[in-house]
Formats: sequence, structure tokens, C-alpha cells
Amino acid sequence: MSVAKPLPHDAAPLHVAGTARYVDDIPTPRDTLHLAFGLSTIAKGRVTAMNLDEVKSAPGVVMVMTADDLPFANDVSPSAHDEPLLSDGTVHYVGQPLFVVVATSHLAARKAARLARIDYAEEPAILTIEQALAADSRFEDGPRIYEKGDAEAAIAGAAHVIEGTFELGGQEHFYLEGQAALALPGEGGDMLVHSSTQHPTEIQHKVAEALGVPMHAVRVETRRMGGGFGGKESQGNALAVACAVAARATGRACKMRYDRDDDMVITGKRHAFRIGYRAGFDGEGRILGVSFLHHAICGWAQDLSLPVADRAMLHADNAYLLPNARIESHRLKTNTQSATAYRGFGGPQGMVGIERVMDHAAHVLGIDPVELRQRNYYAAPVGGPAPHTPRSISGGMKENTTPYGQVVEDFELHGMTEALLASSDYAARKAAVAAWNAANPIVKRGIAFSPVKFGISFTLTHLNQAGALVHVYQDGSVHLNHGGTEMGQGLFQKVAQVAASRFGIPLEMVKITATDTAKVPNTSATAASSGSDLNGMAVKAACDTIRDRMAAYLAERHQAEVASVRFGNGQVEVGEARYSFAEAAALAYQGRISLSATGFYKTPKIEWDRIQGHGRPFYYFAYGASVTEVAVDTLTGEYRILRADILHDAGASLNPDLDIGQVEGGYVQGAGWLTTEELVWDDKGRLRTHAPSTYKIPACSDRPEVFNVALWDGQNREDTIYRSKAVGEPPFMLGISAWLALSDAVASCGDAYPALNAPATAEEVWKGIRRLSDGV
Amino acid sequence: MDISFLLNGETVTLAGVDPTATLLDWLREARGLTGTKEGCNEGDCGACTVAVSDADGTRALNACILFLPQLHGKAVRTVEGLGGSHPVQQAMVTHHGSQCGFCTPGFVMSMVAGHAEGATDHDTQLAGNLCRCTGYAPIIRAARAVEEAPKPDWLATDRAFISPEILRGETSGRGAEPPFSNAPVAQEAMARGAEPPSSNAPVAQEAMAGGAEPPSSPISSDELAALYEAHPDATLIAGATDVGLWVTKQLRDLPKVIFLSGCADLKEIEITDTHVRLGAMVDMNRMRDAVAPLHPSYGEMIRRYASVQVRNAATVGGNIANGSPIGDNPPALIALGATLHLRRGDTRRDLPLEAFFLDYGKQDRAPGEFVEAVSFPRQPDRLKCYKLSKRFDQDISAVCGCFNITVEGGSVTAARIAFGGMAGIPKRARAVEAALIGQPWTQQVVNAALPEFEADFTPMSDMRASARYRMETAKAMLRRYFAEDQGQLTNVLEVRA
Repeated sequence: MSVAKPLPHDAAPLHVAGTARYVDDIPTPRDTLHLAFGLSTIAKGRVTAMNLDEVKSAPGVVMVMTADDLPFANDVSPSAHDEPLLSDGTVHYVGQPLFVVVATSHLAARKAARLARIDYAEEPAILTIEQALAADSRFEDGPRIYEKGDAEAAIAGAAHVIEGTFELGGQEHFYLEGQAALALPGEGGDMLVHSSTQHPTEIQHKVAEALGVPMHAVRVETRRMGGGFGGKESQGNALAVACAVAARATGRACKMRYDRDDDMVITGKRHAFRIGYRAGFDGEGRILGVSFLHHAICGWAQDLSLPVADRAMLHADNAYLLPNARIESHRLKTNTQSATAYRGFGGPQGMVGIERVMDHAAHVLGIDPVELRQRNYYAAPVGGPAPHTPRSISGGMKENTTPYGQVVEDFELHGMTEALLASSDYAARKAAVAAWNAANPIVKRGIAFSPVKFGISFTLTHLNQAGALVHVYQDGSVHLNHGGTEMGQGLFQKVAQVAASRFGIPLEMVKITATDTAKVPNTSATAASSGSDLNGMAVKAACDTIRDRMAAYLAERHQAEVASVRFGNGQVEVGEARYSFAEAAALAYQGRISLSATGFYKTPKIEWDRIQGHGRPFYYFAYGASVTEVAVDTLTGEYRILRADILHDAGASLNPDLDIGQVEGGYVQGAGWLTTEELVWDDKGRLRTHAPSTYKIPACSDRPEVFNVALWDGQNREDTIYRSKAVGEPPFMLGISAWLALSDAVASCGDAYPALNAPATAEEVWKGIRRLSDGV
Repeated sequence: MDISFLLNGETVTLAGVDPTATLLDWLREARGLTGTKEGCNEGDCGACTVAVSDADGTRALNACILFLPQLHGKAVRTVEGLGGSHPVQQAMVTHHGSQCGFCTPGFVMSMVAGHAEGATDHDTQLAGNLCRCTGYAPIIRAARAVEEAPKPDWLATDRAFISPEILRGETSGRGAEPPFSNAPVAQEAMARGAEPPSSNAPVAQEAMAGGAEPPSSPISSDELAALYEAHPDATLIAGATDVGLWVTKQLRDLPKVIFLSGCADLKEIEITDTHVRLGAMVDMNRMRDAVAPLHPSYGEMIRRYASVQVRNAATVGGNIANGSPIGDNPPALIALGATLHLRRGDTRRDLPLEAFFLDYGKQDRAPGEFVEAVSFPRQPDRLKCYKLSKRFDQDISAVCGCFNITVEGGSVTAARIAFGGMAGIPKRARAVEAALIGQPWTQQVVNAALPEFEADFTPMSDMRASARYRMETAKAMLRRYFAEDQGQLTNVLEVRA
């Protein structure tokens, strides 16, 4: 059976040969036109005059469109209808598209777009949390508050109270393939759009709105993205809509791809947060109550900010049973790029908050940070391994409930933590770090552990559905299609492994095909780590429908029990008879059996009230744990990640090697977020880090030199596809241990708690060292 | 202009080439070779990496900031030209080195170029390739797995494509036309002391019917000197790692350009008992090879200077001439007491390198004058170069401090300290130097010299670092130099798990 095999990515041979096609690689008609946006240069105000004469007369320019030229909807928002494709005259951030140039080449369009002369009536911009609060500039009327018990009373009565506030920066996705779309006008007003998107259905929806046609007139195809990470969940709308509108207006194919600088200046990023905390602990390091204050910088449009900020609240507990908790979340509207989905979708921000609390408490109480964490873990499931430190059943702690009322039924971290501490030799290395630090005045080491418990499901419950379309041809080959998109995560291969397993055929007989809104409609974004959970189950359902039809036909033909028909090893057995799968397919065809089926799946058990903050938003949790060791140069704050050990829970993995790839890559991306990846805006709201020359994602040598990654040998307690677990986002948060290890190294420079902000750039680490060593 | 090069084993001859057309755009748009990707269009991500061979070997270069004329006489190999059969390609599949696959062709080509040269310092070889999916671990596994694999047959033919004779236009018939139709004429003209060669380029002029000046490709410094003196408004293009961005990011038109890549005599490195002299067209990787044995810390700094791809193109002269306040090479050279050799026509002059940098964006260079070489005296190695950046590899320095302090009999007898990133120009820390010279080499003296940094520098805040951090880390670098001199461990790059 191909499920659980460590097969390479299906497109790997194409990747290495340069023959894997991305949107900009698709051969286009000779007269294809190219688009570029003209961008605002102020953060807030109104356009008082737009002189586009030079733009229009520039070489190669065919057409220039402003908001007035759009025939129908001028909106590319995912839901709130607050995001015009082209400015309606109001400017909300530096980099907002004001007009679009349609020209004969990409370069001609880019050059012309810079020739506009725009006059503005500039207004004071809201760029900071303070400015947003002062102006009460926010989404939703006021803060969302989720509460469990009485946090303030619990903190007031605690033996130890810690508190603090820290900054947590955003993050640029830096998918290597920039945003891109290609629109090909068809007959009768139809439009075919190739889009580098995680959400073809939304592209279809927005293009249909913009063209004033029903969704059936728009077909969106996505074979693959060159990376997405959440940045192509909603941010591709503008390009696709612009191309479609221009294609309709000119009757010619239209393509748009952002230059890297444009991409970084125009599109949204991970939400930056400020997190305030107050927590009370007893003498043994057990948390009694915690209160969080989240300020999320959402940018100018709502986009996905509400569910992102919700998910941050939903991960404010991470792995810890909080007897009393209060989480207050402010979603601030600012004149910056509209922050959007990014791997973890707010979860990482919420999780960093509680990990900071645990780290701070361990420092203050003088308890080993791992020990303190274990004491606060949720209880293991009944019948599962005993918790490290059994929690008292009395004293109001008889439940195992999150602050939002979901019972944690699958808590794996007790066993995982012990296993990881042993495999990483944590105790001995912690002692070695202390000895090193005593002997070395300049270079200090630090080591830290952090766990991950990440909730799996879209919190907007209706999104937890998926469809599939499977054809079996009369030669036994299989055409596979589903609503998920491939952005490098290996979804297509995993789902193909499911299909091959259902039919009992070799993987080579399954053709993976591009996501296509004409094959599977009304899909959800490939997001929330849900890709294989949802689409794997939908494909399984489709395959099983066909398989059952084939079995019924063959059983009748052989006067055998349907249940006795066996599919496996490329063959179908019916009683004494044995057919190749191809022969069986041919027989079924000749028997006039339909060999095409759709499949559908919706996640069971979930229900969620986001206003009350109560329910079961998640079908299950995925777990992980990591230990990171770093070395810090106390003269300048420069540092290296020396080693990372990771144990990650992918359930019964559909493909262990692809899952390990997600874990390795997620860790490095998460560590990058909290270390070198610094977004800097100036006081005019201009993003100063808008290219890889200034925005530094991890490079090759930044990965841990020693990097031990293993999967936890378990299976999902819920009935997911082959008992696997989602693995896209959860490993990202393993990188938190790198940030905590830096804090540990800095802590060796003095007595105070380091209280690092994130990202902990060399400068931030240096500041922490100076605070501890010099009191400045 | 007319150029000729080998592309994936086939000779390509192009007439009337736009001199600032990039190889990347040409590959993708004119040739339909879309395996080479655009990730950033500024040489920072490596998705566009191709392997370029000549008689000197095979090098990875960023196609996005490589102008077509720079390829004249060379052999270009793109991912399509590997035929899918290179050991690196199979290893990348086996070890799961690709996820989204977009960076993959660039990684493959960097690995192919490294493999061709027998390189095993994979982190350094791949510092110029960004991957956002894998965390790099599987890519390094793949690179290690093929270290011993056989080299492909095409390497030999690529490297043998065109000889220097063809480049000089002296012979033809080895697959390419004489490269510069004006070159023989120009040589003749030069010999007679007549007009500079750019006026003798009828073919190129015809091709550039748009009215722009013809690009020129001198093949010696003499020819360059005459040409540039006659056309001081021309833009000199050496490796194009900076000028490339004028075109791809600033979208500037460069009406008159002179390519220096044909000037073989500017690529000479001369190491004698008394000095090291580096021609302006020496690329940074060759410079690294030359200086690393003499000044290991300098060599290590150059290892972190940009990336392999950029160092293969970037030149010693270009890095000096563009006058960047954050270039890493000038501070090191200044600390070594380097002399800059400038030339205009037949007039040459020398000046201490630090004197060349007058102010931000302003250098002591007359119209038509160009950097011919830089030299520094041979000396006992006391040089330490400290490059401080957000990321270790492939990052522009926030501060680059270079210290060359001579201690004899326990006292400082000489000190040359220079910084990048601390002022509008690469600048010496003269007050700090003065506070050290003649003093005993002790912690007390070092500490006492620290306030002098404030006299020397008033750094600024930007996206790379705050002014305060720059100032305090500059001071910390002097403390580091002293601590290192006392045998203390000060370098996190030397720490292992």
C-alpha cells in the first residue's frame, strides 16, 4: 500500500529539471499583455489629481485603468468588501495600487507605472499601536475577550506574580515565486485564470464579481505555487482580478507578476503583536491564573485579521492547563499593508505569549523551565501514558479544558517530552552549557525546550469541507482531482498515495492534476494545515464509491459476495477469479458501470461560537516538541543556532519523509521569524525592508548544524485519513525554542530576566545583554 | 552589439543586442527557457543561477543581473542543459531537496558549479541561494551525497568553447564569429594612436539605430583608457552586481556603456615580496583566494561578502569605484594601507585609498578616470576584519570594522583602523588610532581609547542597525581585537554544538 511510504514529492523530477511549470512559465499567446500597478507613495490621504499622460504615452503601453474604468465590483477582499482593487481616491498605505498599466511587456508596464504624477492631500497616518488606540482605529467594535474562571482573583492570590510586555514582529512570507496570474479570455465572456493561489474558488468568486458574470463563466486553474505559507490565501486576488478585467477590456491574454519589491510593498504579512501578560504561580511553579493583552496590528483592511487574532487567543494556552485565564484581543487598523494569513495564522503569536510566561516564571522561581512546563501540561488522555506530574483532581482542576471550553482529549506531550529530553540528552547538555558559561566570558551558550499543541480545523466551521473528483479509465489509469492546492507541501503526493491505496494500485497509475474550479467547486483555501485531512478524505470517498461499484459488478458477475472482492497489488480478486486492475476497469466499463465519482468530506464534531469564545473549534490537536541550543557573542549580540532536536506528532504519517520535510522547514522558518527576520517601516509608513537585500530570511548556514528530527510514533485518536495528522503549520512553532534559547544565553549575563522582544536580532540580543550586564 | 556564446552546448550568435538586456529575461522571454527563475531580480536569492564556464573553470552566476554582453565568448549552462541526468539532480530528488521547487533550479545550478570545481564547503557554495520551504537540511544532504560523483562530459566542451584568441578577435571558426566586430579595427587604431575604438564600430552603431551610443568592449586597459577619456559620460560595467540593479530595480536606461570584461590585463594579480597588487577587474572570489593565505581574517570576511554568485561577478575595482559607505572591501584595504591606482588616458596617479572617498556619493575621481588597480604592502598579519550583519551570510554589513594594530615590545607601534557603515564613506578611526599608538597594549589602554570612537564617527540609524548599536559595536570590535589577541574565544562561528 502506498500510504505511509516515504516517497519523494511527485513533482521533484520536474523541479530539478526546471520543467515544473509555474504561472509565469506557461506558454502564452503571442499578443499577451503584461500588467503593473502604479502605487501610492503616501500612507494616508486622498488623491487630489492623477496625471497619467506620461504613463499612457510610454512605449508599449496599451491601456491604463483607474477605479473609474472598472466595469463592475472594485473589490479584492476575501470577505469584508473593504479592499478596492484600485484606490477609490482614498489612500490607506504606502504601496496601495492606484492604477494599472497594461503594456506589451512586463518591463514596459513597470517602467510606465513609475511615470505617473499624483497629487495627494496627505493626512496623519496611523502607524503605531499607540496611534491606533488613541484614534480608536480598530476592526470590530471593541476587544474580543475570552475568559475562563477568574484570572485576576487567581493572580491576586498567587504566591508569585510575573508580568511584562513584549513586541512580536510580523513576517514576510518570502515565497520564492512572487504573486502571479494569467487571464485568458474565452468565447462568450468566459475567462480562464491561471493563478498562483491557495484559494482558486475565491479567485473565481472575485473575478466573477469584477466581470459581472456568474461564477460558472470563470474557471481557475492552479497547478502549483512556488511557495505560499498563507501569503497566497487572499493576496493573489488583486492580480487575478486585474488580469481578468484587462483581458475582458482588450480581448487579449493578460499576465501580471509582481516584481519582488512590489510584492513585499503591496502584500500583507504576518500580524505583528504586542503582548502584555500577568500571571500568578504557586511555589511549585503551577500556574493559577493568567491574563493576556493582545494588540494585533492588522493594517488597513480587514482581510483575515479577525480569525487570525482569534486563533492567537485560541493558542494562548498552548500545552498548559490554565485554571483561570483571560485573553483580551484588540485588532488595530493601521495605515500599513493589510496583515494576512501566515503559517500558524495567529497561533504562533498566541503561543509565544504563554511560552514567554513559562520562561519568565521559571526564571523567577528558579525552576528548570522544562520541569515547570511539564507541571503545567494538560493531563494525558484516559488510557494514555501517565502525566509527568499527576494533577490534583481536587481544587477545581478536575477538567482538562482549554480557556475556550474544548476538552483536550488527545494530549501527547507527556510521553513526547520525556522521549525528546532523553534523545537530546537535555539534562547533560544543560549542565554543559552552565559549565561553558562559567568558563567563557565572551561567548555564552543557551539551551531551551518548547512544546507545541496546535488546533486543527478552520475556526470558521463551514470551511471544513472538501470535494474530490476521480475517474478510472478503461485501461485502469486514474485521474485524480481535488480542491486542495500544491504549494510545495507534498499534498498532491499524499493524496495520490491515498487514491492508489484505495484501489490497491501502483502510484504510477494515478495522474495528479491541477486544481481546477471546473472539476471540484466551492473549495476552501488550502490553509489551516487542512489539506490532506480534508482532501484525503474526500478522495477516499470518491475512490471508495468507484471501488464499491466495481466490486458490486464483479461480485454479481461471479456470483460472489461483494465483501469478498479484494483490491490490492494492482489486482482485483473475486472469489477464485483474479483480474489486473486494468482488466477489472475494462470489464466494469463494458458492464456499463460509471467509473467516475465525486467525493465529499466534512469534519465531524466541531462547533464554535467565536463571539462567546466557546465550543469545540478543533477536531484534534497536533503536537511537537523541540530543544534548541545557541551560542551568543556578548560583545555584539551575534549568535548561531548550534543544534536543534525535534520530535513531532504527525499521527500515522501518510508520508514520513514529506512530513519530516515540513518539520525541518517549519522549524527554520519559525526560528527565522523570531531571530533575523525584521520588518522595518519608517515614520512615513514606508516599508524599508522590501527586498532580500534588507529582509533576511534564514540562509543555508543558519540552519542548525546538528539537526535531529524525528516523528512521534503514534496515530491520531480521531478518525482522520489513515489516522494521520495535519503537519503544515504546527512545526513552525517549534522555532520558539530558538528564541527561548537566546533568552537563556542572555540570562547568563546577569540576574534579571532578559525580556527579549522578537525578532531577537543581534541588536535585540545585544540590548538584552546590556540591560543585564550594565543595567542600561 | 554582436555577441557569441555557447548555450547548453549550442552556439548562439546575437546581433544588435540591447547591452543591458539581462540573461534571465533573454532566457525566459526570447528562448522560452523558463527553468531559470526570477525570485528577486537583484542577485540576492539565487533562483536564477546559471553555470558559466570558460578556460578558467565553471562558475555560478546570477542571470538576473548579468548583461548579455558579459557572456561573450563564454559557455552558459542552464538547468535545461543538464539533461536531467546530472548526479545533483537525482540526489535532490532522493534527499527531498525540493518542496515548492521554485528555488530548485538555482540550487541545482549552484551545486552543479560547485561540484564541477570539487567544492565541498556547501554552506558557502549555497549562501547565495534562498529556500523558504526545506530549511536547507535535505539540500545539504544531497550536496554531500554527490561529492564523489563523476563530472558530466559537457564540462570539458563548455570550458574549451572559446579561447582568448577568439576573444581578442584574432582567430575565428571555433563556433563563433569574432566577438567584437570593432575589436581588430580598434587595436589597429590604438596602435596608431588614433581615435578611440568606439568611433570604429559601424556594425554596432547600425544595430543601435535608436540613437543611443554604441556599447563598447575594450580588450585592454589602454584601450579602455582612451575610450573612457573620450566618453567620460559612459557607464563602466565590470561585474554588474551594482549597475545591474540600476537597470532591474531603478529601471534606468543606460545610453552609453563600456563593458570591462574583455580587459584581460585588469584581471591580473601580482604578489611580490613587497606588495600585493590587484587589478580592478579581479573578481572577489579570486581576491579571496589571493588574500586568504596572507590575511586569513580578511579571507574569512570575503567568504561572507555577498555570495558565491555575486563574488564571481563583483570586482575589486567596482566595489571601490562605486563609493558605497557599506562596501566591505575598502575598510580592509584601508587598514592594510592600500594605495589606489587611478588612470585617465595616459595619466596615472596614486593615492591612499581612504583619500579616494571624499563624502557620501562623492569620490576623488575625475571624469574619464577609472580605477586601474589597488595595492597594499606585504606585512606581518595583524589584520582582523569584523563584519556585523543581521544574517551571517549574504548580508550587507551594519558595521564592518577592520583593525591592523602592530604591537612591538608590548607597545602599539602602528595602528590602522577603518570602518564601513559608520559614516557616509569608508573611514579611518584616526582618533582611536592616535589613542593607541605609543601606548602599552593593555586592556586599560583599549578601554581608554573607546570614547575616541565618538570623535571619529557619528553613525546613523537605518533598517540594518540603530546609531547606538553601530557605535557601541564598533567599540566592542576593538575590545574583541584585544581579547582575540589575548587568546580568548570571541567568535561564535568557531563554536560547535
